[in-house]
Amino acid sequence: MTVETQSPRKRALVVGAIAAVFALAAVLAAVVLVDVAQKKAEARNPVVRVVELTDETEDPAIWGKNFPVEYDLYKRTADMVRTKHGGSEAMPRTPSDGDPRSVTAQSKTDADPRLKTMWAGYAFAADFREERGHAYMLDDQFFTQRQVVAKQPGTCGQCHASVYVPMKKLGNGDIFKGFEALNKMPYSEAKQHFKHPVSCIDCHDPASMDLRVTRPGFLEGIRAYKASLGVKDYDPNTMATRQEMRAYVCGQCHVEYYFKGPEKRLTFPWSKGLKADEIVSYYDEVGFKDWVHKESGAPALKAQHPEFEMWNQGIHARSGVACADCHMPYMRVGGTKVSDHQVRSPVLNLNRACQGCHKWPEAELKGRVEAIQDKHMQLREQAFDALVALIGEIKAAREAGKTDDQLVAARYLQRRAQFLFDFVEAENSTGFHAPQESARVLFESIDASRQGQLALRDPSFKPTVAVVNVSTAPAPAAPATPAVVPAVLK
Amino acid sequence: MRKGSSLLSLPVVLLAAAAGAAVGVGGYAFAYAKGTSYLGNDPATCSNCHVMSGHYAGWQASAHHAVATCNDCHTPAATVSKYAVKAENGWHHSMAFTVGGFPDVIRARAESTAVIEGQCRHCHAQIVDAMTGGRDGVSCIRCHASVGHLR
Repeated sequence: MTVETQSPRKRALVVGAIAAVFALAAVLAAVVLVDVAQKKAEARNPVVRVVELTDETEDPAIWGKNFPVEYDLYKRTADMVRTKHGGSEAMPRTPSDGDPRSVTAQSKTDADPRLKTMWAGYAFAADFREERGHAYMLDDQFFTQRQVVAKQPGTCGQCHASVYVPMKKLGNGDIFKGFEALNKMPYSEAKQHFKHPVSCIDCHDPASMDLRVTRPGFLEGIRAYKASLGVKDYDPNTMATRQEMRAYVCGQCHVEYYFKGPEKRLTFPWSKGLKADEIVSYYDEVGFKDWVHKESGAPALKAQHPEFEMWNQGIHARSGVACADCHMPYMRVGGTKVSDHQVRSPVLNLNRACQGCHKWPEAELKGRVEAIQDKHMQLREQAFDALVALIGEIKAAREAGKTDDQLVAARYLQRRAQFLFDFVEAENSTGFHAPQESARVLFESIDASRQGQLALRDPSFKPTVAVVNVSTAPAPAAPATPAVVPAVLK
Repeated sequence: MRKGSSLLSLPVVLLAAAAGAAVGVGGYAFAYAKGTSYLGNDPATCSNCHVMSGHYAGWQASAHHAVATCNDCHTPAATVSKYAVKAENGWHHSMAFTVGGFPDVIRARAESTAVIEGQCRHCHAQIVDAMTGGRDGVSCIRCHASVGHLR
């Protein structure tokens, strides 16, 4: 049909339709134009400085004005998602006087009562749950039943709160002085200084946005570790590479530690090395114990969460892959590239966390991770059963009248088996950070449990490791430390 | 049109204005987005879209940097199929970049991988055919992943 054969009305309709198509094309072209222009602008100016940030800017919401994308992601650490072997799921609870939380993570001690046997007589037997995201670190530390059954020092705040600004204030500008002041306080007093969970200023220099280490515990610990390798006066803030800092800022908290002496100085036990058995040797040498096991009387140790140490033993660390590469991978937002501040399991984010290096399908990568973790859980079961069996035997021997002298070797082997097991159990990757090292440590633990049982049955049995007689006398109390009265945060 | 109707009737003016606006805005958008560059072979063009800047940097450090550009591996050698693939990829890329929703770590589609494998053989036919006897099923880039760029 041609235009000439049609009535003027029809012709007008056709012309109108063509005009509409062209108009639509113009609109689409304009949309593309604006989008391209916007993305070009974003790529040129990724940061718009709205507020001035200083070394006293503690509130992450203020940083969020300059870094809205990072801040929004940071707030999403409140999401509770589980993976096959880890993560947290929201468990409803009825708020009580001492604990206003209406949601917590699932209880690990309820899921596996062997944990209560391992920690008999220690606060962790009272309450131990799956770890939740950074958003909850302050609440979960404050409202745990551990605060009710035991005195906790202010030292705990080192990792459960944003403490850089509070430490500087307490120390009149000197974080080490503030650190020492905080360590000595009871937690109930220290908490008055805490306003936020880990925040921007704990890892970033507000002027340059460079990563920096702000925790005295890590600065002292890494210096001790580097000294053991022959590097003198190591300071990560001046000597580490950018990529090293992308692990060190995480290693400020995700580590094994203890509270040294009556002043409760937070100390990383790294001067003999970062491996689990090197850390036991350190504790043996300084004669440290966390508590005396209620059932067996052993001078026991509680491993914390040695992710940094375990990652150091794995292939990813060997290949120069830092914590942030997998737990805070780069992502695209419009025309800009940002580091994902929703710190979480890489399994929840396989494309960005893994596929940048491993170009296999996501299902294949997830399968690889879970295959490693499933095998790890099998070894863990066996090591745990062996440990619980040893604890039961020492308890029975004690009740049958064996003297403390006769139990020294078995108790030491329990201490050792327990710490090695707990090192892997408390480490938050279900064996993934360093699969072979985790298996080796579990194997060492099983062997120590086995030798402990042999030592009970045959007084002439000589363990393959040197038995250290650690004092079971109570640790000296901190000067002027009143009992913590659990109170509700305002 | 010839039968007495005015050349400047309202519909015709409307049509001309709309067409002019579309061509004008579209042309400007095309020029602003460096549209003409997409017809050539300069690798810098591919990194107009900053999603490609990592690949571009990888190519600059790669073994093939001196002998092959993006198009040598990612489009077929024959002119017609080359521009057909360019048009198809260009459509996918511009849609993805404008509308979003693509994964941050992008991965080659099966069609793109086939083009790449074909281009390996286009230059290296002699040695590859001697090794594989012309059979399919052997992937060059599975083992030689770093030849073009490492990501």
